Amino acid sequence: MATLNVNGSMREFEAEDDTPLLWVLREQLGLTGTKYGCGVAQCGACTVHIDGVPTRSCVRPAATVKATEKIVTIEGLSPNGSHPVQKAWAALDVPQCGYCQSGMIMAAVALLKTKPNPSDQDIDTAMTNICRCGTYNRIRAAIKVVAKGGDTKRAGLSITHVDGSTT
Amino acid sequence: MSQTKSTAPNPSRRAFLGTSLAAAGGLVFGFHIPLADAAASPSDELNAWVVVKPDDTIIIRIARSEMGQGTLTGLAQLVAEELDADWSKVTTEYPTPGQSHARKQVWGSFATGGSRGIRASHDYVRKGGATARILLAQAAANMWQVPVAECRAANSVITHTPTGKTTTYGKVADAAAKLTPPATVALKDPKDWRIAGKRLARLDTVDKTTGAQIYGSDIKLPGMLNAAIKACPVFGGKIKGFNAAAIEQRAGIIKVMQVGDNAVAVIATTWWRAKSALDALPIVWDKGPNQNVSSASIATILKAGLDASEAYVGNEQGDARAAIAASARKIDAVYSYPYQAHATMETMNATAKWTPDRCEVWTPTQNGEEALTVAAKAAGLPIEQCEVYKLHLGGGFGRRGSVHDWVTQAVLIAKAIPGTPVKLLWSREEDMLHGLYHPITQCKLSAGLDAKGEITGVHMRISGQSILAGMGRTTGKDPAVFQGLNASGPEAAIGYTFPHILVDHAMRNTHVPPGFWRGVNLNQNAIYLECFIDEIAHATKQDPLKLRRKLMQAHPKHLAVLNAVAERAGWDKPPAKGVFRGLAQMMGYGSYVAACAEVSVSKAGVLKIHRIIAATDPGHAVNPQQIEAQVEGSFAYGLSAALFGECTLKDGQMEQDNFTTYPVFKMVDMPAVETITMPSGGFWGGVGEPTIAVAAPAVLNAIFAATGKRIRDLPLKHQSLKHA
Repeated sequence: MATLNVNGSMREFEAEDDTPLLWVLREQLGLTGTKYGCGVAQCGACTVHIDGVPTRSCVRPAATVKATEKIVTIEGLSPNGSHPVQKAWAALDVPQCGYCQSGMIMAAVALLKTKPNPSDQDIDTAMTNICRCGTYNRIRAAIKVVAKGGDTKRAGLSITHVDGSTT
Repeated sequence: MSQTKSTAPNPSRRAFLGTSLAAAGGLVFGFHIPLADAAASPSDELNAWVVVKPDDTIIIRIARSEMGQGTLTGLAQLVAEELDADWSKVTTEYPTPGQSHARKQVWGSFATGGSRGIRASHDYVRKGGATARILLAQAAANMWQVPVAECRAANSVITHTPTGKTTTYGKVADAAAKLTPPATVALKDPKDWRIAGKRLARLDTVDKTTGAQIYGSDIKLPGMLNAAIKACPVFGGKIKGFNAAAIEQRAGIIKVMQVGDNAVAVIATTWWRAKSALDALPIVWDKGPNQNVSSASIATILKAGLDASEAYVGNEQGDARAAIAASARKIDAVYSYPYQAHATMETMNATAKWTPDRCEVWTPTQNGEEALTVAAKAAGLPIEQCEVYKLHLGGGFGRRGSVHDWVTQAVLIAKAIPGTPVKLLWSREEDMLHGLYHPITQCKLSAGLDAKGEITGVHMRISGQSILAGMGRTTGKDPAVFQGLNASGPEAAIGYTFPHILVDHAMRNTHVPPGFWRGVNLNQNAIYLECFIDEIAHATKQDPLKLRRKLMQAHPKHLAVLNAVAERAGWDKPPAKGVFRGLAQMMGYGSYVAACAEVSVSKAGVLKIHRIIAATDPGHAVNPQQIEAQVEGSFAYGLSAALFGECTLKDGQMEQDNFTTYPVFKMVDMPAVETITMPSGGFWGGVGEPTIAVAAPAVLNAIFAATGKRIRDLPLKHQSLKHA
């Protein structure tokens, strides 16, 4: 039995030493919000935070993560989708198929933690995840919305939500 | 709160699979997955499309698959519009393919491709909503014993206008369900729409921001095992043998088995164990007759087709060959377009459970009915004893819409362990090596010019692969090859009039399985035609916009979108210093599209795409903000192909097996996209695909303007754009 600190809880699991953190999260711990996309740290769909650092969990053996290191997955970002980045994503209807968006959100959260007001270049440099639907421009807009304090109207998308609000 | 759940239709019979993550910091994430074989229950529905619950919740059934394109929300908007529903009470669900079969295709086609989701079903889904509204109003009138003409429905409330009495849909739904529906219904004039046509948020967004959305690869069933698979990397090759003993002792391995004649699968307790064991499994392939095929050998065959005497004719008016031969001047160009992989973010997967008398499959599919047919065949069971549950797709782009090879494999694997559900997930490498690739073609274009430089005739000879032939759907001409180049028609007509034109196709098929790839044949046809028009403009010293306008006089809808992008770009004024523009227009999937690209190319040859202006006339626009999202995404997809996308063959197999060797568009590459949506009414066109086609030619024409280099072979990564 090994132990990981995931989303604030100590979780025990059994896996061979070469098992990537991604597959421990998905198969042993039931946290399927973190996705498999490439297995070679190229696409970023598997991005989680380890002590706040965005990490591509598909190439990180779970055995190399100490129980003292704090792992946060998309499920642990907020109890109810209320993290400012999640709220901006919803307000701007960022996802299309949505498969890459857990990783995108985790990458964006990490970026905004280190650079609360990122430039376009900062965004280009930090957001290297792949989205095949091509949601990049709304992702950029959502990051800027968060950076500017959550004013969703600045994105200029004029989206009417089910509660009647407009962003 | 997300409103959208994909479930079996009868909530009372739904089986819920909750994963309690109470240990995870007190969080509980519940999700549910269609587990039960719930038969459709006509008793609680107003019709196939609409169920109204006593609490006023409205369930709208959606037959097409949601893969990011927004069809789920758009179709729900159309039904809700005619239903006069309270949009905040609307939820959606997928009927199952098995129910569709049992109810004689009451929901029409499930096939989700060709940008058809809305344009091919708007009529009957709106009628479903309108019929339900009429039944609800009649039920209220009956309750009040008043003429229905005195009752008005709006926002899920029925009002008896003379007295002001009101009731809600939920209160009269039971009674309404017992009434006989009218034989015909009138649909609203789109100018009266208040739900359709509006910039509404998608119904499926929130779960995609929290990790709660369940995709095919996320499903977990009780007792489920996991499988990884490898098929012979050479298309058409077979398994000669494998040494199962080499891996059987590894932890968690349940079974090592041959699947069909060309693949081997490992079944294990977890996918990682299955996959890593499979990687360690010694396999001997019989690579078969195609093991020496290379990109170069295919290119040679296609090149010969450019001048072959026999070809299928797609568009012929007059005698283009004679006109060109008799012309004062002739322009020729040869273009080519490579194989592309879909590279959906979620790899192919299906979970199957087989017993001697029943087979169930859970899978992300663009065509549930086809998945069911394929599952039944692999199961060796009648369709009535099989069912498919559609799960959300982590991308489709055409890969999940036609040949359901992964479903066949999943069922064959599940058959080896009767009664136990097995999830088959392809590795990225398997997914890239066993795609249904965007077909490879070359095109030779010839134009004749008279002494004044006016075009006398145009001949486009396409040489290359046919998707329909590759799928066994035609043994002769493939009309889809001519997408966007047809003489006329509501689907994909050419926007130019030439005195003489010939478009023909020398079909040259290969051993590589071709497939529908977002945009399909419109993609390369637009590059061929629109770059060649630019070549003619340059050769005759004409402005590319003016030349197009001259040739497009008889094609006002094509011209309108082109004019719209030119006007927005300010074509008649020079762009900023160092920035250059290119144009392209096309018609496909029933819509008219055009783009203007603004690029710069540094002296060292570094391309920067600054801005794309894209116009679409889809006839009707059901959700303009989602159309904008689709158009933006289409440029990412189309430009990814133009800049980077290429699958090449060596020794009969694809050389690209992951994003390391098949790079794709990322944030840093993405230009600003300004979308002009200009529905002109009177027809229904698609929006998911058409603008992909104009992405590459607009950029290539802008690159020519910037550098004087005419790019005729893609991807751009192989081309030097360095200039003096």
